[in-house]
Amino acid sequence: MTDSQSAPPKPVPSVEELSAPGRRKFLSWFFVAWASFIAATGGALSLVLRFMFPNVLFEPKDTFKAGYPDDYEVGLVDDRLKEKYGVWLVRVAEGMYALSTVCTHLGCTPNWLETEKKFKCPCHGSGFYLSGINFEGPAPRPLERFKIGLADDGQILVDKSIKFQQEKGEWNNPESFLTL
Amino acid sequence: MKFSYDEFKKSVTKSQIWKSMFRHGYSTGDRDRALTVLTNVFFHLHPVKVRKSGARFGFTWCAGGLSFFVFLTLVVSGILLMFYYRPTVEYAYNDIVALREHIPFGIMRELHRWGAHAMVITVWLHMFRVFMTGSYKPPREFNWVIGVTLLVLTMLLSFTGYLLPWDQLAMWAVTVGSNMARATPFLGHEGPGASLLAIGDIQLVHAGDDVRFALLGGRFVGAATLLRFYILHCVAIPVAVVLLMAVHFWRIRKDGGISGPL
Repeated sequence: MTDSQSAPPKPVPSVEELSAPGRRKFLSWFFVAWASFIAATGGALSLVLRFMFPNVLFEPKDTFKAGYPDDYEVGLVDDRLKEKYGVWLVRVAEGMYALSTVCTHLGCTPNWLETEKKFKCPCHGSGFYLSGINFEGPAPRPLERFKIGLADDGQILVDKSIKFQQEKGEWNNPESFLTL
Repeated sequence: MKFSYDEFKKSVTKSQIWKSMFRHGYSTGDRDRALTVLTNVFFHLHPVKVRKSGARFGFTWCAGGLSFFVFLTLVVSGILLMFYYRPTVEYAYNDIVALREHIPFGIMRELHRWGAHAMVITVWLHMFRVFMTGSYKPPREFNWVIGVTLLVLTMLLSFTGYLLPWDQLAMWAVTVGSNMARATPFLGHEGPGASLLAIGDIQLVHAGDDVRFALLGGRFVGAATLLRFYILHCVAIPVAVVLLMAVHFWRIRKDGGISGPL
């Protein structure tokens, strides 16, 4: 058996190799073959990647109408839009605001406890006042508010793509509160 | 510092990461050449040598290899379809429509379906070739039996996949197809011998506990059938096929490679 460490014996050029330049020329076509193979594979993989991003989504829109202000009772937290849109509409004496239902600790969904007048997160016990300000548990900052206004037909219009954070002083923005 | 390709190559091939994957040098002698194949899980499935007749297209038609290739494409396209398809009565049909209308590269489901047809064809051709060349003869009888089992599993994959679009064609095709199970001897409630299995006048094999019931998960094709066929199609049968294919390929090596012309 040949020792793998020793130098391999010099290859003896065969008659075929010496006389036929066709072999090298033929092998040079391998470049074309590999290039086509890589192009085809890359094309197929990019299509597969695109396959993972559907053209149609069945998710609720960021901007939606939420009925008329009279539909909401002063001092109550409205759960109607919680499941579909992730929003609480809160009616107070001066007007209305739209609170995000995402806890600012780790993103669970708190519940409104009517008897205790607070939002309570079931995951780690964070508590928020009716205004959305945090007062207990690990939540580091108040709940976020969304842009709220009136549409042309008098209905409440909520835009979830624009949010206002109390700790940044954004709740002073008139778009974060619908004065009635 | 001047960049040296040789130095760079050395630093890569001497690294622990490289050496943990590649345990030996690169083809400098017969031993290393053999080890390159033997220590690589993908290469070692390949035969060490192939007879000239085995590489002749006219003899094998490449039908077995094509079957395996089509099977691999079916696995890939099937996994991709599973990202969108939900095997419940509420969603199944809509998800199939969505795969065509809402999802880019809507040909994916067609690829899977054509592939299924192609696999049935190539598997039959493979069997035909093996039969006509007498390649089922000793020492290959055992592999023939495995092959026949694989043929049956290919049919069952097609049959179970047929129900998943959950349209009228699928429903009635499977209703008709599974009706055959009624006539299974002893195990089907309308099969020969089933009426013998009784204690007094109590039938032991009836429509509520026979082999067709086990297949459908009920007395009729319904929601339970859809889920059962989905599990069979995507998990149970593919696992059995992969195991048997491993044995099938291994037996080819052990029985002396692809059989040559007689």
